[in-house]
Amino acid sequence: MKASTIKMLQSKKEQIIELWMENQMEDPTLREDLMSNEDLRVQSIELIDTLLHTLNEGNSTQVESQDFEPVFEILAGISLSRARQGYTPRETATFIFSLKDAIFSVLGENISDLSLLNQELLEVSKLIDSLGIVTFETFIQGREEVILRQTDEIAEISTPIIRVWDGIIALPIIGTLDSARTQIVMENLLVEIVNSESSIAILDISGVPAVDSLVAQHLIKTVSATRLMGAECIISGIRPEIAQTIVHLGIDLSSIITKATLASALRQAFTMLQLEVTKVRKDKKV
Amino acid sequence: MITLNRDRLLIHKDQDVVILRNRVKEYATKIGMGLVNQTKLITGTSELVRNMLRYAQGGEVLIEVVSRGRENGIRLTFSDRGPGIADLDKAMQDGFSTGRSLGLGLPGTKRLMSEFSIKSAPGEGTTVTVIKWKNG
Repeated sequence: MKASTIKMLQSKKEQIIELWMENQMEDPTLREDLMSNEDLRVQSIELIDTLLHTLNEGNSTQVESQDFEPVFEILAGISLSRARQGYTPRETATFIFSLKDAIFSVLGENISDLSLLNQELLEVSKLIDSLGIVTFETFIQGREEVILRQTDEIAEISTPIIRVWDGIIALPIIGTLDSARTQIVMENLLVEIVNSESSIAILDISGVPAVDSLVAQHLIKTVSATRLMGAECIISGIRPEIAQTIVHLGIDLSSIITKATLASALRQAFTMLQLEVTKVRKDKKV
Repeated sequence: MITLNRDRLLIHKDQDVVILRNRVKEYATKIGMGLVNQTKLITGTSELVRNMLRYAQGGEVLIEVVSRGRENGIRLTFSDRGPGIADLDKAMQDGFSTGRSLGLGLPGTKRLMSEFSIKSAPGEGTTVTVIKWKNG
């Protein structure tokens, strides 16, 4: 871009901002519910200021250059905060692309040489397109952060430990057991064994969709760790189809006490603790 | 053998395992596969796709609904551009693993599936093709 053009844009900054704000206001996708017009204006002015300040004759065609770092930083901030506030990608993209129209009309008004105008338009267009791409990358990054946080939360809530009896704890596992989940499950389980002074832990895998060799390996590790703590571990909730699959796969779970249902696991636990559950007879004669 | 339906999935991260498993389950349910065979198919899928992620950092899975005579089935093709397997005979043995796992993935999957074939050479990646027939 010619130095004269950049200077002209800098001097017309106010006009660009007004045009840009107008464009944004007219857009039907404007989200007044998420951000006040005042905040939007502050954001827009900050971006334009930094952009026009950074721009010079040498770097206008090299968006990858270090010079644009501050512009990218502002854009990243705006688009991250928008992702968290719940803006759609279209709304965020419109924010940056509506700037193109504003700069185009200022360029059109002030440059009379057609070939120069053509060239400058192309350059501005390219520049704003790459800014748009940066906005997108960070927008998606923001969304991914939200997803990651939710994944963590799901991992947290899906491993509750239940005290079923004095000395017996149960842990229903729901969903796929991967390395990260196993780590959480094992940690919680071992801590709870100490806290509740339990000697028997029941791991219920009714909610695990498939038991492959990795899941089995994780289960075996968890059982070994429980045994090291001096407690016994029973695995319950083994469905018929899972039992067949485990046998075909060739996984050896014979060293582990396994039961089909949580009820039979509990019964086994009672036997191990020498407890007995009996029916109370109301018509007992004295 | 006739291919009735075809679906391709790219595998890059752990979460893709769940997506693939659900997709395979969908197709298996559609052709009316029983629960036991379905579980075998899904478990085998899970083994192979985990291998792919662990040793080749991902790859591609082709899911096909195939038909031979009166029998329908699911054919899965797992291809990656990973380091490949140097000794296939050894890899197909129970309890052999280069990655500190149980070493049951490949031989176990062979037992779970109706048909199993593997092609691999060091530096050329690995392709595993399996078929599970509806009643096989």
